[in-house]
Amino acid sequence: MAATTEIQAPRSGRVAPEYTRHGRSRGSFEMFAWLFMRVSGLVLVVLVFGHLFVNLMVGEGVHAIDFGFVAGKWADPFWQVWDLAMLWLAMLHGTNGVRTIINDYAEKDGTRFWLKAVLYAATAVIIVLGTLVIFTFDPCPPNAAAELLPAFCPAP
Amino acid sequence: MSKTPAGTLYRGREGMWSWVGHRVTGVAIFFFLLVHVLDTALVRVSPEAYNVVINTYKNPIMAILEAGLVAAIVFHAFNGLRVILVDFWKKGPKYQAQLLWGVVGLWVVVMVPFLIRHLTLAFTGGH
Ligand code: HEM
Repeated sequence: MAATTEIQAPRSGRVAPEYTRHGRSRGSFEMFAWLFMRVSGLVLVVLVFGHLFVNLMVGEGVHAIDFGFVAGKWADPFWQVWDLAMLWLAMLHGTNGVRTIINDYAEKDGTRFWLKAVLYAATAVIIVLGTLVIFTFDPCPPNAAAELLPAFCPAP
Repeated sequence: MSKTPAGTLYRGREGMWSWVGHRVTGVAIFFFLLVHVLDTALVRVSPEAYNVVINTYKNPIMAILEAGLVAAIVFHAFNGLRVILVDFWKKGPKYQAQLLWGVVGLWVVVMVPFLIRHLTLAFTGGH
């Protein structure tokens, strides 16, 4: 029973001085990230549960989801702001979570670097794309078949 | 209980398994979210493109996968609140195991009505 576990220094970068080998803090980024996970988690409970309830439980549930349904929601600034906040918070929360997991399991410096490079690139693409979609969306696109559009669109 | 864990308080049992569950569900939700933003972005291509892709989701297999996804999100959300309580509430660490059973209980309370409604809609409702 003399097996001892070697506890390695965290590989996350900036950590409190008592947890580093070199004994000085390299800033408070990790502390901020830790706090952000908790604050964004609290807000996401409301945003995600509201999203699931309105899209899956009300009315006809999943069956109602089509272009007209999305257009009807995003014609309202309330749902634009809701979905925008959910997009940013969930992506940043999820990205930071996956960053932690990469730091935990990828032991080689090069592997860690490349996994995180791919992660950050994917995150940037998804956040930019999602934001553009919410802001440049037209609920009544010209030349679209009228029966696919929400009822409030002017007749062609 | 005589089984004092050697070396760490957190190994095995509620503390460790809830952490494993939180990690697995977190990653699964993240990868789903990447795909979900992409499929929703099709509204910017054309109403037809969006409807065609969304309609491929409206079948029993996807309904089951959606139920699994919601189950993962609800667990991650409630366990996330438990993690926050463990970190910020004075008695949190002492009651971390009981809190997990609270999470599981709440998860059942939310999932049962959700499954009844979602699976009924998916298997019988609609057009
Ligand atoms: C619904 C409300 C949510 C709450 C209350 C919540 C809460 C939390 C908390 C408190 C942590 C930190 C755990 C720790 O530091 O030990 C965490 C980690 C994480 N979350 Fe969430 N979260 C939520 C939604 C999401 C969503 C939508 C995603 C995906 C996009 C996600 C992905 C992750 C990942 C990947 C981790 C890292 C897990 C780990 O390090 O083991 N979470 N969550």
